[in-house]
Amino acid sequence: MYTIGERINGMFKSVRTAIQEQNPEPIQDLARRQLEAGADCLDVNVGPAAADPAAAMEWLVKTIREVTDAPLAIDTTKPEVMRKGLELAGPNSIINSTKGQQEQLDIFIPMAIEYQAKLIALTIDENGIPRDANGRNEIALRVVAAAMEKGLDPSQVMIDGVILPVNVTQETPGHVLETIRGVKLLSDPPPLTVLGLSNVSQGTQQRALINRTYLVMAIGAGLDAAIMDALDADLMDAMITAELLLNRAVYCDDFLKAYRSR
Amino acid sequence: MPFEMPVEKWASTVNEVTIGATSEEGGTRTSTVTVGGDTTLPFLDFEGKSPNRPVVAMEVLDMPPDEWPSPLEDALGKVCRDPAAWARMCVDEVGADLICLRLVGAHPERGDRSPEECAETVKTVLEAVGVPLIIWGCGDADKDNEIMPRCSEAAAGENCLLGSAVQDNYKTITAACMADGHKLITEAPLDINIQKQVNILTTDMGLDPSRIIMYQSTGGLGYGMEYAYSIMERTRLAALGGDKMLSMPMLAQVGSEAWRAKEARAPEEEAPQWGPVSERGVIWEATTANCFLHGGTHILVMWHPRAAQLLRKTIDSLVSQES
Repeated sequence: MYTIGERINGMFKSVRTAIQEQNPEPIQDLARRQLEAGADCLDVNVGPAAADPAAAMEWLVKTIREVTDAPLAIDTTKPEVMRKGLELAGPNSIINSTKGQQEQLDIFIPMAIEYQAKLIALTIDENGIPRDANGRNEIALRVVAAAMEKGLDPSQVMIDGVILPVNVTQETPGHVLETIRGVKLLSDPPPLTVLGLSNVSQGTQQRALINRTYLVMAIGAGLDAAIMDALDADLMDAMITAELLLNRAVYCDDFLKAYRSR
Repeated sequence: MPFEMPVEKWASTVNEVTIGATSEEGGTRTSTVTVGGDTTLPFLDFEGKSPNRPVVAMEVLDMPPDEWPSPLEDALGKVCRDPAAWARMCVDEVGADLICLRLVGAHPERGDRSPEECAETVKTVLEAVGVPLIIWGCGDADKDNEIMPRCSEAAAGENCLLGSAVQDNYKTITAACMADGHKLITEAPLDINIQKQVNILTTDMGLDPSRIIMYQSTGGLGYGMEYAYSIMERTRLAALGGDKMLSMPMLAQVGSEAWRAKEARAPEEEAPQWGPVSERGVIWEATTANCFLHGGTHILVMWHPRAAQLLRKTIDSLVSQES
């Protein structure tokens, strides 16, 4: 599974402070530690409080690029901030994210083509978050059709079924699993699936346990990628083990170490 | 509608490993051998590249078996009591890319030769031929831990391939290999899980994965050949899928395994229906080699000169001219 480390996000106080003080060390430390822990890609989000989001994104990406060439997921809803991030991050980046309404697809699909980036599409549109899996799959189908029409290969699209906190709506985790399965039937090659995992446990008392249980369930349903806390070693262990049990890696006694020394 | 070849996209490649060092590289070899670097399954040149040909190593024993089957006696009898002459014959007459020197004479139940004697044999063979050397212990763990560091030291700088590190005995040979600038064979008993584990154990000691060749064990035709093939195939698929702990090139012990079979050895008076013994063993060995070649083996260790020549012919016919 493709792991996108979530920790470089202005919602975290240490990151917010580092951005304000233009202090590279905490950012570079987070980049290094997440990659060492097994992350394949780093999410980069300036947070809601940044005074000049484009400038903050520019500084963040440049700061990360001083220590690693790993792919970055540029996490913003603002097209101009996205463009700035993609320009500096280079190829194999991820656009995180677009919603399903046409005006947004018209902006972000051409951007994905221009920068050879993958595109995360949330199953949300002008009517909000659908109530069930069918509604989510409908939006996913619209996104895939729009991508194909504009010349973006469906395998470059990552559908995010939008998980909500389990203590807010307890039906959603099931609906999202159904979406992950359904999305694979939309096209050939099918789009990829991704989850903003930590959202499932927002506001609960057992965040780590809920995250890791749900991740394993989602991998079982066919999940391809997750934006998650790569520094949670138990979570990474559960992910590595789930992949092993699905025969995606060859077993050996030190299979956890083998994954991390890739 | 024109036929379109289905092409698989692979994420990764097999490591490329060079054995042997010329004088410019600090050794005395007149040639070196590079294997691996493949970006696809064996011989699918429409899909990816295999920049290096599979190579033929000829096995030389420091002490011949008490009893050879007659075809081996006929082919090797004159040289098999002199490792230097044996090695020279393999290079001059068979065109061996490498010599695989196996120090069976060190085994406590065979010659129980001393580390000094073994090191001397290594030096003699190094002087006799210019091709790179594979140096393999006797298979007794304690004895190998005595002889291999001495042999490694005697060949320091020659960039040899040392065998073998196994799950229960890998530290001494890995340390010697690192100290003297050699490459290492990691061995598993027809078990891909243990193969991966040995690779992790040896790289944990600080050995770079690009210095490893894997030996998964082999079974000759009729004695587990298909099973060995399936492990090789799965290993290659894992390597192309990005498993760095299974991305090393592979070696197969063909000669010793093929000639173990009674079908290869039995004299005509015992089994007249099996045809002439002069052909049977040679074909048994060549067929076994052919199978492992298709399984993705990079270094094939052979016994009979004619089997080696048949193998080389097969390689020539499979490797496309441009690669």
